Amino acid sequence: MEFTPFEFKSRLILTEMLGKRAATLPELTDEIRTVPLSSIYHHTHRFLQQHHFLSPEPPNDFAYWVTNMLNEEVAGEMLASIDIMQFVRLSDLRMRFLELLEGYLKGAKHKVGGRCPEGEEFHFMSSRIFVVSTGRVAGTVEEFKEILKTISIHAIYFHMFEAKLRLEKGDNDFSIWLRSAGKEKEAEQISRLDPYTFTLEGLRERLLKIVPNS
Amino acid sequence: MAQVKDYTEIVSKSVIDELFAIGEKAGSMKIQHVNSTAVGGGVAEILTRLVPMMNELGVQTRWDVIKGGEKFFSITKKVHNALHGVAETFTDDEWAHFVEVDRENARAMNFENDVVFIHDPQPIGLVEERTHLDNKWVWRCHIDFSEPRENVWLFLKDFIERFDGAVFSAPAFSRPLSTRQFLIAPSIDPLSDKNRDLEEEYVQSVFNRFKIDLKRPIITQISRFDYLKDPVGVIKAYKLVKRYIDCQLVLAGGGATDDPEGEKVLAEVKEAAEGDKDIFVLLLPPSSDLEINALQKGSTVVLQKSLREGFGLTVAEALWKGKPVIASAVGGIPLQIKHKYSGILTHSIEGTAYWMKQLINEPVFARELGRNGKEHVRQSFLITRHLRDYLLLSLSLYHDKDIVYL
Repeated sequence: MEFTPFEFKSRLILTEMLGKRAATLPELTDEIRTVPLSSIYHHTHRFLQQHHFLSPEPPNDFAYWVTNMLNEEVAGEMLASIDIMQFVRLSDLRMRFLELLEGYLKGAKHKVGGRCPEGEEFHFMSSRIFVVSTGRVAGTVEEFKEILKTISIHAIYFHMFEAKLRLEKGDNDFSIWLRSAGKEKEAEQISRLDPYTFTLEGLRERLLKIVPNS
Repeated sequence: MAQVKDYTEIVSKSVIDELFAIGEKAGSMKIQHVNSTAVGGGVAEILTRLVPMMNELGVQTRWDVIKGGEKFFSITKKVHNALHGVAETFTDDEWAHFVEVDRENARAMNFENDVVFIHDPQPIGLVEERTHLDNKWVWRCHIDFSEPRENVWLFLKDFIERFDGAVFSAPAFSRPLSTRQFLIAPSIDPLSDKNRDLEEEYVQSVFNRFKIDLKRPIITQISRFDYLKDPVGVIKAYKLVKRYIDCQLVLAGGGATDDPEGEKVLAEVKEAAEGDKDIFVLLLPPSSDLEINALQKGSTVVLQKSLREGFGLTVAEALWKGKPVIASAVGGIPLQIKHKYSGILTHSIEGTAYWMKQLINEPVFARELGRNGKEHVRQSFLITRHLRDYLLLSLSLYHDKDIVYL
């Protein structure tokens, strides 16, 4: 069967600061409404980038800050439980954060305007992504699996996370390519993985179990 | 001097390959760094390493230093203090002198490079020159910028907004500005004397020289004798621990002799330590990088109980040695330590004492913190990451989009 070879790419990140900060829940909500989508992506994926070697880190920056700096544990848990896998567009993900926060602000029985401790404000950032070729290309599923064993975890990150949500392809690159190679079942299995619950090394292992040998 | 490839074993081949790949993409660029001193201080130290590494990656990079007299540097010292929140007054003549010295320097320099990095406030006025040129200018601020005094902020802001980008070391230093702002944390060099691997025998010899017992727990804080590092608070915390655990305390630092306040702090520290032979107050000469490395390496727990901190790179240094670190949640320290994951963040003497006991009594947990901390430093605070960020920043100035395909 004829299909395009898979070129493994990697990505590098440069963090930009937006000069915007929030000290209360209403301020956080207001800023989430207006910051660029790249900032929503940054704050929902930064934990993964920082600690991807050691443990799965599902919470996003918003949830972490609301729980730990505002001591709003209920709101924090609501934000942490947002299932990012369900979203293929960052604008929809932003809307979900806003729905939850606005609902919480309206419905809360206690006063929710409290400020975080001084110096612990939420600083909005975003990330600029540089996509680079790794120089490694797979022409067959066998080669694909072989490269997957040793490729940098940044490449796995790019094809699994960035491709789907940041580039808004609707699915991860590995599934898209395996489907084109006639490996429909395996492609589907990878699409159904929740990569947010793995470390990247754990994710590599799981992918290697799914991808067939030929 | 170490070459880029010498870092392969530490950061992995893929990281080094990425650096060369970016270098290739940025290879047609010419980059210039300008600061106010060629030796001494953190900026000169990092440029001494980064400039040759950028050249090695194929990016033509030069480094220039501005000149100024005593009057200029006494004004810039006041600017520095005011950025740290100290109330300083400036006369119109002082502002005019500051600008004029930068103009004189500008006349003697050549800025025909693709990206010009201006480091810290001293040479900030050079940006006036950009009006004659079609290139990109970046202001790199290495200073704690969280609470600048209004007079200095307004003076600097006028210049900062003429740059294409401003770079700060921590998110808290970001401010509303019309120019783009980037986050680039400082870094440590894992191959420098301060951080490289040491022979076990050498580490032992350093402890033996200072008569510190390696068989009993050792708590260490490395920093100059300064109120902001709270060395007396460290002694108080140690005394709370000493009631239960037969441990030792090392307070080691240098550079206090020419600083009247430093001498006063040192005297207070010695007074607080008096009568306890297990407290070691070590005033080290400036060339003590290997000794400091050994002291960190041989310690059971490392502290950084600062009341205020810029970035606090001593934390990264200790984490890089796999040590459990207890540090105050100030300045850039929370970027380096996530509480109970890659170290311990505290807010008081009592809290510091509590965690000192915990970490000495629970070495498995302490080792886990140290291991996580070391990995975090490997990913985020080594010189290779710093080099990559400078190159990416230079490239990004010539690309408008959020996603750049190199």
